[in-house]
Order: sequence, then C-alpha cells, then structure tokens
Amino acid sequence: MKKLINDPADVVKEALQGVAAAHPDRLRVMTDPNVIVRADAPVQGKVGLVSGGGSGHEPMHGGFVGMGMLDAACPGEVFTSPTPDQMLAATKAVNGGAGVLHIVKNYTGDVLNFEMAADLAGEEKIEVEAVVIDDDVAVTDSLYTAGRRGVGTTVLAEKICGAAAEQRRPLAEVAELCRKVNAGGRSMGMALTSCIVPAAGKPTFELGAAEMEIGIGIHGEPGRERRQIAPAREIVEMLAAPIVDDLPFRPGDRVLAFVNSMGGTPLIELYVVYNELHRFLAGRGIEIARNLIGPYITSLEMQGCSITLLKLDDELTALWDAPVNTPGMRWGA
Amino acid sequence: MPVSYRQVTGWIRAFAAAVAENKEYLTELDSAIGDADHGINMNRGMQAVLQKMDAGEAGDIGALLKTVGMTLVSTVGGAGGPLYGTLFLQMGTAAAGKSELSGEDWAAALAAGVAGVQRRGKAEPGDKTMIDALVPAVQAVRSALAGGSALDEALRRSARAAADGMTATIPLVARKGRASYLGERSADHQDPGATSSWLLLRTAAEALAAEAV
Repeated sequence: MKKLINDPADVVKEALQGVAAAHPDRLRVMTDPNVIVRADAPVQGKVGLVSGGGSGHEPMHGGFVGMGMLDAACPGEVFTSPTPDQMLAATKAVNGGAGVLHIVKNYTGDVLNFEMAADLAGEEKIEVEAVVIDDDVAVTDSLYTAGRRGVGTTVLAEKICGAAAEQRRPLAEVAELCRKVNAGGRSMGMALTSCIVPAAGKPTFELGAAEMEIGIGIHGEPGRERRQIAPAREIVEMLAAPIVDDLPFRPGDRVLAFVNSMGGTPLIELYVVYNELHRFLAGRGIEIARNLIGPYITSLEMQGCSITLLKLDDELTALWDAPVNTPGMRWGA
Repeated sequence: MPVSYRQVTGWIRAFAAAVAENKEYLTELDSAIGDADHGINMNRGMQAVLQKMDAGEAGDIGALLKTVGMTLVSTVGGAGGPLYGTLFLQMGTAAAGKSELSGEDWAAALAAGVAGVQRRGKAEPGDKTMIDALVPAVQAVRSALAGGSALDEALRRSARAAADGMTATIPLVARKGRASYLGERSADHQDPGATSSWLLLRTAAEALAAEAV
C-alpha cells in the first residue's frame, strides 16, 4: 500500500486537523466526538443542515460545510458510518432555534445511526427532520433489499437545501425541497480500479487489468455487471441510459448534469465523459441547463466516474445558482 | 440460582474476549457479503467497553448493561453500533435497578433487547441478519424455563438455538443491510451479524451458568 499517510490509524484524525488548519475562517473542527461545523454556527433563525457518513468521500461532506450549504458534517472512520453522539453534538451545535435537517445517504449504518441521533435530539427538545437520499439506479429497489444507495444527488441536495435554509425557509419546507431533489435526481457510477481502505491495507475488491465494474457503489460495492473496458462513448451510454430511462427524463426536460470523479480519474477524462454525455442527452432532446464537473463524492483513490442527472425547474435552478462559500464548492460569494 | 452482578460482568468480559479472538473471522465473513469491517468495529467497541468497566463499577445490572449499550453506540459505527447498542440498552432498561436476575428476569431482558433490535433494524427472521440467531435464542430460553429446566440448562439450549440459527443463515438470500445488494450472490455465506450474536449467547451460557451448576 502506497499512501501519503503517517499511520493508517491516524488518517481521519490528522486529515481533520489539516482541515482545521486550512479553513479557520469558515470552519471549526470539534473533536471527541468529531464534527466539522460552520465557524459562525449556530446561525440564529436558520434551519441547521447536518450530514455525515464514512470518511474517504472527500470533499463530501466536510468540504461542503459553510455559507450556503451544510452547517455541520460528521465524519466516521473510513467507509464506516459515524455514530449518534457525533450527530447529536452536530445537531446541538447548529440548532439556531429553527430546527435541524439531517441529510442521510441510504446505507443501513448511516440510516440507523441518524435515527438514534434524531431520537436523542428529540429528548433534548430539538426539532429534527431527516431525509434519506436513495438515487443509485444500479441497485434494485424492492422490499427485499436495503433499497437504493445514496450517491451523487446527495451533493446537489446539500447545495440546494443549503441555499433554501439561507433564505430562512422553515424546516418543513427545506425538508420537502430535499425530498423533491431526491425524487428528481438519479445516478450511476463505474470503476476502472479498486481502492485501498488504509486500515485494510489491500484493495477492497479485485478488478482485472482490462475490466471495469458498471454500477459500482462508493465503497466499492459490486454493481450491475463486470465487463471488458470500452470506449468512453459506450461507457457513458451504459450509465446514462439507465438513468434517463429510470426517472424517466423526457424530451424537453432541463437538467443539471453532474460528472463526478471517483477520486483517481483526472479532469481531462471527466471532460471526455461530459462531451459524450452532452451528445447523448442532446440525442434524447434533454437540455443541460447547469453542470458540475469534478471530484465531489469520491471513493478514496478509485479510478472511475459517476453521472448524476437532476431535473431542474426555476426554483431549483435559482437555488443552485445562489451564493455558496465552502472549501469544496464556491461561487457568488 | 439467580445470576449475580459479578456473573454479568464476567459475561461481558467473555464476550469481549470472544470478539477479539474472532475479529479476523468476523471480518472475513463480512468481506464476503458486506463491507469487511464487522470484526474490526465490534472489537473496537468491546475494547472501549472493557476500558469503561475497568474505570469503575456501574452499581447494578441494569446500569451496567446500559453503559455497555451507550459505549457500543458511540464507538462501533456502521450498522452494528446502533443494533448491538440497542440490544444492551433495552436489556439494561428491563433489568433496571436489579442486583441479580432470576431465569425469568434474564429471559425478559433478552426478549426486550431482541425486540429493540427488531424495531431498530426492521429485520424479520429469514432476512439473513443477527435476528436469525437472536430470536430462536429467546424462544429457546423461554420454552426451557417454562418446561421446568434450571437456568443453566435453559442458557445452554438458548446458545444451541443461536448456533442453529446462525448456520441456518448460510443458504439464505440477504434482504437487509449491505449484503442485500448482492441478491442471490449473498447465498452460501454465513451472516457475520448472526455469528457475533451466537458468540454473545455462547458466552452467556458459559459465564452466567458457571455458578449456577
């Protein structure tokens, strides 16, 4: 294992110390339990937005803490859900009297820990709503699975709900907006290589030199199928067609197209992917009204990408364009 | 003979030792159908529990079990933290203020703990989860006590039922947790959560029956 680390056991702690040292103007890092919180939290009269999950997906979630996005993020161990005491501490730290929204990715561990945290916050008389993001079309949603995983749409929901909270919209409205984003967002990812969890020291899964996994999860969970590597044009079609057909996105729809790196794929390849996606959607009569291209929800050093499409209307477009100032996403401020 | 506070601490320590001993095994089972962290996470949690227990006495059995539960909730993470945390917290509530447990007290506490796990995880028997070891264990201890067995015999039957429930998960297709993403590919693997639950019941039979024989 070759990594820029000191000790596998200290990766999360030392990365948090780095975040604290880099962004004291915007963030405060609490330890025991670990929480990244807005420097000016709690913002009085504003709904507090809290998310969290395993580490290893940076900049999500800690890099999205700041004006116009999250109020706090709870980082767990690498690929392991954070714990309810972290979420409770975050919830208390950002409660400005207007309640707190938990944005939760649909993984059993994340969901159970956030549920316990909401119970604990309720005992302390803090109003909490939780919205679970489940946008991964690679997974069959049925009564017989844990349901679709929460992936790329989470980033978009955090941005859009963050903007709504800045407008001092009430908790019920921000939560409803979050559900709307989840309902209109669909994602699918793929991997060219595996990744190495520092504590494990070896690749999470094996992928042959000429193989790729279509429908991969952000922790290396298996996807729909493993197949031989193909040109970007074909790969984009393997990802975009199931996304478009699932919602479905229809001719005339305006979308936000989000092309995300799994961590190890360079920007030049993301632009090749974006070019193919643009061509594919144009062929289906779907207009890209906004885009986001880069590493935002990663899987350590995994090579690969994910595509997320979000159906836009005027409300969502305006909230997407609203100012945001976080380490991981910044415009207009 | 009832179960003493001392025996319950012995059970928790024995469970921690069993988890440490089987850390690699549990993680190996988890890497086949999950995310390869069950042994690591449970061991981190139980080691934290041992530190808490070394730092001071809880006072009564209910308080002890609640401390175990809270410690697991705040140190394990993943799905195991809230599920095992809830098990011990609910057992602790059922045993609140007690300095010893009769057979019926033990059965009631275990049943309350398992009911809590079912509420939290929303799993049913047959979903290929820890519930597949825990629910038969509750039924076995209850029917043994109802049939007039002594507590040590009831605990042994409870552990055997958990073992049977654990091995019965092998052919099952998972319907909960990360293993459910594998669909049919989750069959032919023993569930790691059911395996750690069997360790819990096996150590209970050993530690709680020790003085009662």
